[in-house]
Amino acid sequence: MSRMALEGIRVIACSVYLAGPKGTEMLAALGAQVIKVESTKYFDGHRNISIQPGDRYWNRSARFNTVNRSKYGLTLDLTHPRGKEIFKELVKVSDVVFTNYPRRVMMNLGLDYPVLRELNPSIIMVSSAGLGHTGPWRDYVTYAWVVNSLCGMAELTGYPDGPPAVIPDGMCDAVPASYTALAILLALRHRRRTGLGQHIDLGQCETLMVGLGEQFMDYTMNRRLQTRHGNHHPSMAPHNIYRCKGDDEWVAIAVSSDEEWAALCKVTGNPQWARDEKFSEALSRWNNQAELDRLIAGWTVNRDKRQVMEALQKAGVPAGGVLKTDQNLDDPHLRGKGYWYWCDADPGMDGAHPYAGLAIGLSKTPARFEKPAPALGQDNDFVLGDMLGISGEEMAKLAQEHVIGNEPYQYRQRAI
Amino acid sequence: MSEQAASDVRVLDLTWYIAGPYCTKLLADYGADVVKVERPDRGDPARNMGPFLGDDPDREKSGLFLYLNTNKKGITLNLKTAAGVKLFKELAREADAVVESFSPGTMAELGLDYETLEKVNPRLVMTSISNYGQSGPYRDYKATELIEQASAGHLYATGQPDREPVRTGAYISCYQAGLFAAIGTLSALWCRDDTGLGQHVDVSIMEVVNNLTTYPPTIKSYTGSLRPDFYLRTGKTSSLGIVPCQDGYVVANLYSVREWEGFLAILGMPEMMEVFLKDKIFSPNTYTEWISERVLPWFAERTTDEVFHQAQGVHVAVGPVLTMQQVIEFPQYQAREFLLEIEHPRTGRLFYPGAPFKMAGSPWQVRSPAPLLGEHNKEIYCDHLGYSSQDLVKLRDRGTI
Repeated sequence: MSRMALEGIRVIACSVYLAGPKGTEMLAALGAQVIKVESTKYFDGHRNISIQPGDRYWNRSARFNTVNRSKYGLTLDLTHPRGKEIFKELVKVSDVVFTNYPRRVMMNLGLDYPVLRELNPSIIMVSSAGLGHTGPWRDYVTYAWVVNSLCGMAELTGYPDGPPAVIPDGMCDAVPASYTALAILLALRHRRRTGLGQHIDLGQCETLMVGLGEQFMDYTMNRRLQTRHGNHHPSMAPHNIYRCKGDDEWVAIAVSSDEEWAALCKVTGNPQWARDEKFSEALSRWNNQAELDRLIAGWTVNRDKRQVMEALQKAGVPAGGVLKTDQNLDDPHLRGKGYWYWCDADPGMDGAHPYAGLAIGLSKTPARFEKPAPALGQDNDFVLGDMLGISGEEMAKLAQEHVIGNEPYQYRQRAI
Repeated sequence: MSEQAASDVRVLDLTWYIAGPYCTKLLADYGADVVKVERPDRGDPARNMGPFLGDDPDREKSGLFLYLNTNKKGITLNLKTAAGVKLFKELAREADAVVESFSPGTMAELGLDYETLEKVNPRLVMTSISNYGQSGPYRDYKATELIEQASAGHLYATGQPDREPVRTGAYISCYQAGLFAAIGTLSALWCRDDTGLGQHVDVSIMEVVNNLTTYPPTIKSYTGSLRPDFYLRTGKTSSLGIVPCQDGYVVANLYSVREWEGFLAILGMPEMMEVFLKDKIFSPNTYTEWISERVLPWFAERTTDEVFHQAQGVHVAVGPVLTMQQVIEFPQYQAREFLLEIEHPRTGRLFYPGAPFKMAGSPWQVRSPAPLLGEHNKEIYCDHLGYSSQDLVKLRDRGTI
């Protein structure tokens, strides 16, 4: 098919950093038209981080450019009467408005759901915030690590003899972002059938809490609080991270059956382990895993982690190298699958840079990133001129008054 | 009760364990009609995974299974028999989507790959979830949550500098793969509604985890290095991180001048701002002695509750590290009615986690609890497909259901 899956859907994105933009980016990669609204006074703060040195720094952020691909870049000063008016015109011809601005922002701008619904009765609006839009603490400030802690996941992570541990930068942003894509698709489906729009209130902590099913249920069923296991597992053994050859190199191994255990013993050249009563079946392996871990670590410590992985996998044992933070770029499987997306057309930048793939394969309408992330206000002419029919003269006037533009103007870092 | 968002979607669900069932749970909880196909007598292996109600390892009492399979109808079917395959195709003829999570190649061996099912029903969307995808060098490799977390740099960066990397204590890879599969399925259905044609959706857990760690290789490519936060295990971060209080821990995320201003005011040390502003790069976190002598004790003398609300009162991002009990009792989630009580024939009334997000016009809802094994055989085979009770007996006898 020559079309993309989500053709014909138009999304307005008033979003910042990671927890917002990454969700609408998924939709853009699947074919939706996503118009990212920023202003020259308040552009997306992500543009300030992880910058490649050079001109027009705001277009050279690795982070912004990763999570805003395939979107149209529009600037509009929403505090200016004409800017607000134009935004409202855009809402009238769009399907979805997404925002992860703090709740009061859209309210104070006079652009919250009740207003937008007056303009376009079938508009779908999704509001994403750390603790949601209702409840006594709805306006509390949350970043990814705060979400990580408030959802219960930090408590469950770490060494058994250590404090709770936060998980890397942004996982607790990326997950809520992905849920926004789901929310939008569900609302669109509902609207297609009924003609009705709606408001969706997404609490980022809640999108993570739903991923802690077994821990929740152990407490609600048995009043038992699950806690940190380090790399061990409640029932599988061996199940751990083992040191390999090199500096800070590790491999992950997880054995879930007697067959896998026997295979591991064979691969390591230690069939006698399989015959040892201490390790002969799952429960005894679990009870003796400290010794198991020592034995296995003795085997892995002088071996390259990739070789360990390949040798064990060939024998049917789950194992995988613990990839360092950017080692996934060289991973043969990801490369083999064409996961990485290389782009050499980022506005104003040199060379080709790698970007994360979408991780959803569609056989007839493959997802793709049609264009790089937009420079600030890059698509003003297209959105304002072609889509909304605003004249060239007016656009020049708007640029003069800084209602639209391509550069920061009296730029103040947004407080989030 | 207004209609739910996916009420018009009929799903045939072959999945086991977590990733697949979570995908179909998302669709079911927002309205889809999901028929869960299980092996006769044994069912989904997740039925044997704890925690169990009262630690009774009964296949109808697995908390994980109960949670992941709300709203689904349960039938048994042996796909390794010709009769089973034939029945499956009858069901597939009427379905909008088939979701499976077997190791790649299994559906083909059963004679139920996408090419075959497409002929049975050209409008069908087939979604396959697997560890490494339907193709690629690792296609036939095995994985568990631990190995998936290791495959993206996520695991490497978690823990302390002088110790081994430590995993996230949740099935984060599996659940998110289920989410991505639901997104893929709905996208393919949207396209199908326009064109009349289904397609094959391929989701791999490894790619999902990599997608969620998002941008380290990009940052390295742009800037030549990775910011300290990506190496949490180095112990160097641009934020205070996890801090002990009197009765637990909080996480304190302070980045900007404004945030530190507010925080220094509560600490009673506003004069420090002058000192920090003299630095070329604003980095209060590098003042390690000051932090351990003046800042950490402030936290240690207070409860997590005090610290939480005081800091948030000046719009500083601090939050308590909640245990599961504290999550369940957290006033904010209680006010939002996050938990839901569900009744189940064998486990009675229990509280379950609720909606990932609130749709005002087409709400999330649990219409029925997780099915007992084969609970809906009669409804699906007889009422739906038109078989008689006698037919069912014969099918049972032959091991087809």
